[in-house]
Amino acid sequence: MEKMENRTLTGAQILMEILKSEGVDTIFGYPGGAVIDIYDALSKTDIRHILVRHEQGAVHAADGYSRASGRVGVCLVTSGPGATNTVTGIASAFMDSIPVVVLTGQVPTHLIGNDAFQEVDIVGITRSCTKHNYLVTKAEDLAGTLKEAFYLARSGRPGPVLVDIPKDIARTMVQFTMPEESNLKSYRPTYNPNIKQLQKIISLIEESEKPVIFAGGGVILSKGSKELTEFARKTKIPVTASLMGLGAFPGSDPLWLGMIGMHGTFRANMSVGACDLLIAIGVRFDDRVTGKTDSFAPNAKIVHIDIDPTSIRKNIPVSVPVVGDCRIALDQLNQMTGKADSGNITKKRQKWFNQINRWKITKPLSYKQKETIMPQYVIENLFNMTKGKAIVTTEVGQNQMWAAQYYHFDKPGHFITSGGLGCMGFGLPAAIGAQVACPGELVVDIAGDGSIQMNIQELATAVQYSLPVKVVILNNRYLGMVRQWQELFYDKRYSYTCMDHSPDFVKLAEAYGAVGLRATKPEEVVPVLKKGLNSDKTVIMDFHVEREENVYPMVPAGAPLTEMLLV
Amino acid sequence: MPEEKHVLTMLVDNKPGVLSRVVGLFSGRGFNIESLCVAETIDPLISRITVVTKATESGIEQIEKQLNKLINVIKLRKVSGPKSVQREMALIYVMAKNGQRAEILRIVDIFRGKIIDVGTDHFVIEVTGDEEKISAIINLLKPMGIKKISRTGIIALFR
Repeated sequence: MEKMENRTLTGAQILMEILKSEGVDTIFGYPGGAVIDIYDALSKTDIRHILVRHEQGAVHAADGYSRASGRVGVCLVTSGPGATNTVTGIASAFMDSIPVVVLTGQVPTHLIGNDAFQEVDIVGITRSCTKHNYLVTKAEDLAGTLKEAFYLARSGRPGPVLVDIPKDIARTMVQFTMPEESNLKSYRPTYNPNIKQLQKIISLIEESEKPVIFAGGGVILSKGSKELTEFARKTKIPVTASLMGLGAFPGSDPLWLGMIGMHGTFRANMSVGACDLLIAIGVRFDDRVTGKTDSFAPNAKIVHIDIDPTSIRKNIPVSVPVVGDCRIALDQLNQMTGKADSGNITKKRQKWFNQINRWKITKPLSYKQKETIMPQYVIENLFNMTKGKAIVTTEVGQNQMWAAQYYHFDKPGHFITSGGLGCMGFGLPAAIGAQVACPGELVVDIAGDGSIQMNIQELATAVQYSLPVKVVILNNRYLGMVRQWQELFYDKRYSYTCMDHSPDFVKLAEAYGAVGLRATKPEEVVPVLKKGLNSDKTVIMDFHVEREENVYPMVPAGAPLTEMLLV
Repeated sequence: MPEEKHVLTMLVDNKPGVLSRVVGLFSGRGFNIESLCVAETIDPLISRITVVTKATESGIEQIEKQLNKLINVIKLRKVSGPKSVQREMALIYVMAKNGQRAEILRIVDIFRGKIIDVGTDHFVIEVTGDEEKISAIINLLKPMGIKKISRTGIIALFR
């Protein structure tokens, strides 16, 4: 390769070389004093820069970009406040294992530690919410560090990696050779699972009468959805998924049980409560999934496949632990299963399927229609009108749970939500990132009136770059999920959850140069959705919904998974 | 589940911030540190950290896994059993009035300690041994009046 020869470049130019070598075509960022040199070099490349309106938005957008495209998301911000503003976004990407590289400017090396203007110790601040982070102290180290950052972000269990680059490093001229692929002796993720462990799974499946597969975000991150679908269909095992796993298995498949957990479907939670074998793949048994851990899947042998050994036996004891890449493990399981005698298995599973079906029929997801707009009704119609093909991002709270329950995902990368951190303000910038990654797709942010206001400024970004993101606000003038808890567990004491003063979202949309639409009656829902979704502009649709509607089923915090409050 | 004492020894990159990652992991995840000892190894690029922690069986499994997950931790082992050697050193500033000085010297001698500083009314004693030995000499010297003490915490190696 001709690029291997030595050249003398500035740190900023070296950064551009590494970005190009990593195939980075888009950066979400916000300029500032400490990154002027980097921005100067950036302007001379073909890399597309999306100017956000707040650095938190830059990280969420890079996160959304990554989830929609399956590639590493990149953002670039300045030192001090630019860097601290990224922390929430980084923490969200960290909890959900999303590969993002965050480049922060830093004050010049000779000023570090002096409380210089716009100086913060961002490496210290983000140590516990990044997969790894670096402060570059020598220009000679820059290229290798950046290569390593990308490698760490995307390999093993992915996650955000931050590189802090002092201003003088970006300006220093130094010999540049493209570093070789990173090879860290202290970092060797296990991709190939132990075959003996997989054989144990096969025998457990043969013995099992009531098996359930529980899929998580790890299946999507390992790009193993196809393999999971094949595995479940071959073995005729019903599938549930965590919030992060939605889309890993087709929501339209007869084997689909719906989501598990605090707001999971009745049949999914009951199935896990009754199963004799739970095959957990790419999950980490979050407390929102398990409920009371002692009574989680009490009758089941639990198999746990995950690439991160710390996930295994952290919250739940397991019978068969398997460390490895979910896709590879599933692929090998499929080979070991061979040709399935589906007639026989179906017969064997019939009793189990009948039981699941009774749960489905007796307690389906449901809500009561009223004179006002029901939030679930909006999402049902959104699902029908988009034929389930939209990329859906969400904010956090009731809007997120209704989206997860009433929009059914057939493909991975189509449901983008802040699962682990539960970060309000995620949906709009994530939708922007997803739309940048997938220009031809319909991208919808399902939002609440509270959370949309946490990063509403990003509307300007969407309009500036003509990104036709659609925002569906389920406007109940409450911080709905907290209000729901107050109603159910705090004797209806609605302490500061009433958000009665919000802007006129239609006028606000127009002020930003977007389209604003409103529906206040049920019969207006379909026309507004139709008009909004058919527009080629950025659109806000403000649905005034029933104010005190609750998300059901609900497992109260700390209760067993099978003890659900129902409609 | 009962908590037990565990000694962990690890080789880590000798780089700024690495100790902070290790210590931060303990505090951030609610694990505890009883003692901690860090220094460069024979390879200047690598340091050895020895940590004593108290944890349940599942707790120590998580601690080991989480430490192994840190990019800068090269190798980690739990130290226990006859194949291991463990030592700690203490510097003890003990009051030594006339009439007690001979007794103190006898104790130091029995424990194979050393007097490294002498004043008109004090000794500074250096003593090395396993944890029980250090605790034992401290108990014996307590009645004389220990003014200050500095313990290194355990360091350990496999034979």
